Amino acid sequence: MNKDSQGALWEVFVQKKPGQPYVHCGNLHAFDAEMALQNARDVYTRRNEGTALWVVPSASIVASSPEDIGPFFEPANDKVFRHPTFYKLPKEIKHM
Amino acid sequence: MDANFEAKLARNENIEPKDWMPDIYRKHLIRQVSQHAHSEIIGMLPEGNWITRAPSLRAKMVLIAKVQDEGGHGLYLYTAAESLNISREELLEQLHTGKAKYSSIFNYPTLTWADIGAIGWLVDGAAIMNQVMLQRTSYGPYARAMVRICKEESFHQRQGYEITCKLAAGTKEQKEMAQDALNRFWWPTLMMFGPPDAASSNSENAIKWKIKRESNDQLRQRFVNQTVPQAELIGLTIPDKNLEWNEAKKGYDFSDPDWKEFNNVIHGNGPCNRERLGARVKAHENGRWVREAAIAYAEKRKQKAAAYQ
Repeated sequence: MNKDSQGALWEVFVQKKPGQPYVHCGNLHAFDAEMALQNARDVYTRRNEGTALWVVPSASIVASSPEDIGPFFEPANDKVFRHPTFYKLPKEIKHM
Repeated sequence: MDANFEAKLARNENIEPKDWMPDIYRKHLIRQVSQHAHSEIIGMLPEGNWITRAPSLRAKMVLIAKVQDEGGHGLYLYTAAESLNISREELLEQLHTGKAKYSSIFNYPTLTWADIGAIGWLVDGAAIMNQVMLQRTSYGPYARAMVRICKEESFHQRQGYEITCKLAAGTKEQKEMAQDALNRFWWPTLMMFGPPDAASSNSENAIKWKIKRESNDQLRQRFVNQTVPQAELIGLTIPDKNLEWNEAKKGYDFSDPDWKEFNNVIHGNGPCNRERLGARVKAHENGRWVREAAIAYAEKRKQKAAAYQ
């Protein structure tokens, strides 16, 4: 590692309140997991933004690529039967 | 791919790090975002100058919190710049060798406590005006950093105006101190928006690529319109003899700042250029042993963990 390094890049996810999903909020540099967690607390939760944090080495994230956006997500478009509004119900049934 | 880039811009969609982008767009962003990051970090220095001398415990706590925020803002922006394929180490080196610029405003000294008021009220006020616009900038990571920064930055301007209000309502000497800070910071603040549109070499591309949504002159005009009534309300005078309300344009007419001075400061000859950069380089050098120790510690732990497996 470069002698004057700032450490590897980590992605930070914050949970606003218990029970809610973790949402990506940014990234930072750290030399290990413990430091990443402490830095994340200092940088991203100074104003009660959350009650729990995840930190993940950026290099470990697997992402879809923008060029694939069409073929990768397209198959979902023609399957309208996956939505509740596709189905016809008798008029008498008000809620289902 | 070029067509895809143009189409995304036309649909007002963000360009993301993995998207194809013209090299010149990438370069423009690296310059702008890193300059912005450096400004946050250098901006900690003039304010840090007053932490030990803040006039009350409340003022000291607020100032520490604000300076800490600026450090965080620098970090958001550095990582946004890094997503454009440049390392943190390279970015810092560009700052330390003077290759990269930072906002010229931070090359002015903070002589009195009133200057801390003026920085929050005027300098942060001007920065916010620019940053509100940049929340809609076309590069995704930059735009998202701006949203966070704007949220945090809103207290900065208020605390500065509060300091100025208190001084303006104080003794004769205190009011003079507030007026003196306004006199010294007014023109450098107007310069923060950059050269006039006609003379700005970077503006045309920035607007074309939706990096900027409004021009330097538009933002400068809005800042003047917003700030003049705030000064009048507390009995301070904007130091511009030509300042006058123009009913036809529903805005103030005002004098041009001294662009010769602006160029001088940008090119390293402002009152504090050497001092600021010197302090930054010294802080980096003094922190070197911490970084080296952190690397060594992380390596040692990794080896220990491997030995147990």
